Amino acid sequence: MLRDHYIFSNGRLKRKDNTLYFFDEQENKKSLPVHQTDNLYIFGEVDLNSSLLNLLSQHDVHLHVFNYYGFYAGTFCPRNKKVSGFTVVQQSVHYLEHEKRLYMARSFLQSAVHHMLRNIRRYKEKTEQYVKNIEEEAKKMDSATTIQELMGIEGRIRQHYYQSFNAILKQDFIFEKRTKQPPQDPLNALISFGNSLCYTTVLSEIYKTQLDPTISFLHEPSTKRFSLCLDLAEIFKPLLVDVVIISCINNRIITQKHFDFLDGMVLLNEEGKKRFIKEWDEKLSTTVQHRKLKRKVSYRYFIRLECYKLIKHFIGDEPYKPLKAWW
Amino acid sequence: MVSGVQMQYYKVCKRKLWLFSKGIAMENEHERVIEGKILHERAYPRLEDREILVDDTFKLDALDKEYVREIKISSKMPEADRFQMLYYLYELKKRGITKKGLISYTKERKTEEVELTEKDESAIEKAIKEIYVILQSPSPPRLKKLPYCTKCAYYEFCFALEGDD
Repeated sequence: MLRDHYIFSNGRLKRKDNTLYFFDEQENKKSLPVHQTDNLYIFGEVDLNSSLLNLLSQHDVHLHVFNYYGFYAGTFCPRNKKVSGFTVVQQSVHYLEHEKRLYMARSFLQSAVHHMLRNIRRYKEKTEQYVKNIEEEAKKMDSATTIQELMGIEGRIRQHYYQSFNAILKQDFIFEKRTKQPPQDPLNALISFGNSLCYTTVLSEIYKTQLDPTISFLHEPSTKRFSLCLDLAEIFKPLLVDVVIISCINNRIITQKHFDFLDGMVLLNEEGKKRFIKEWDEKLSTTVQHRKLKRKVSYRYFIRLECYKLIKHFIGDEPYKPLKAWW
Repeated sequence: MVSGVQMQYYKVCKRKLWLFSKGIAMENEHERVIEGKILHERAYPRLEDREILVDDTFKLDALDKEYVREIKISSKMPEADRFQMLYYLYELKKRGITKKGLISYTKERKTEEVELTEKDESAIEKAIKEIYVILQSPSPPRLKKLPYCTKCAYYEFCFALEGDD
């Protein structure tokens, strides 16, 4: 079983022969099982060298770096071995032809809305009005003819959706408006942190397939980011991140004391991040019986299956139907 | 040119052949395939001629005076294995080398001898033509459930489907 490792302390990551060690500031040594590692998440200030990166490359380990504030900075991706020029050309066709691109963008949003509604319907008495508003807004998706229109609808839906959190959350966490870079209240800090974890998880799954992470549909392909991750994250943010956020707050796993308040900016502190990641990791490895595969599938693997479905759509095999959690 | 693996996939599943040939390969992290790789690395330690790449297209596991040798984990796909060997023998014959084939199912301690007949030759020629036709198609052959699908490295890819809402 491959798994992820998270480093919060400052120190040095070091390769010794074919083993990976982490030395913290007190020179305490800890070995990391490179064979069984899929992703390394670096939150602390860590030194490393090229020989270490070579070792990671050999074992196909992704190294994700986060800055002091916990924002995603970038990823070291080992040389990509999964290459299919044919697939990338076909993927591009679905971007270039407007109707095809619209179909993809709409599909991602339909799935996102399905999962948002699924989350808040659990609190029926409290969220009835929000559900109605979202359903009303979602109807407009079918007739939207441009990506901008779809993005607008998405923005309004998300506003209703996050507002409904005020009815759901038990502690004194309040949603006013979405603020990022930097988040200005604890709830926004949680959303930002969770979304960045989701983004890197999606990236590491895309890298195991022949998809090109830079060619996206709902989000404009950009030079700064792997925008296909943003597209796919639309599906998985409500399915995974938001569920973890709600459960962390309502089960008092995370409280106000797990945040740092710096002028105008609110961030999860180290203990808060650790607690969130623990829940996130557990969520990813939770399994569901897949009705077509007739196998148990982890939430993480659902991301991979979504990638496979995209490839099948691009190569004209099976029209893409986005995941809509049925369980 | 066709590779040995392609010839084997042609017999096992034409969809797998198409996907593999377009670079949509799933073998990399599949456990059974990794097991096969290790098996190949350890096979025939006494033979000198191992892993011979012929004309940059097909790779023979090993070669001795009498036989072309091929090693397999299990004998679940005997017809496809035999066909792959026949293809090697056919290609070698075209280059003026006449050999017999020997497939080793080492885990089962079993071997299978293969000889190329005229009838086989025309079957191979027909298969080569058909492979080219299949690869011309812009999309893969439709999914068809076969009894051995669940053991295949492509299973999750093929069956990643959504039900009706």
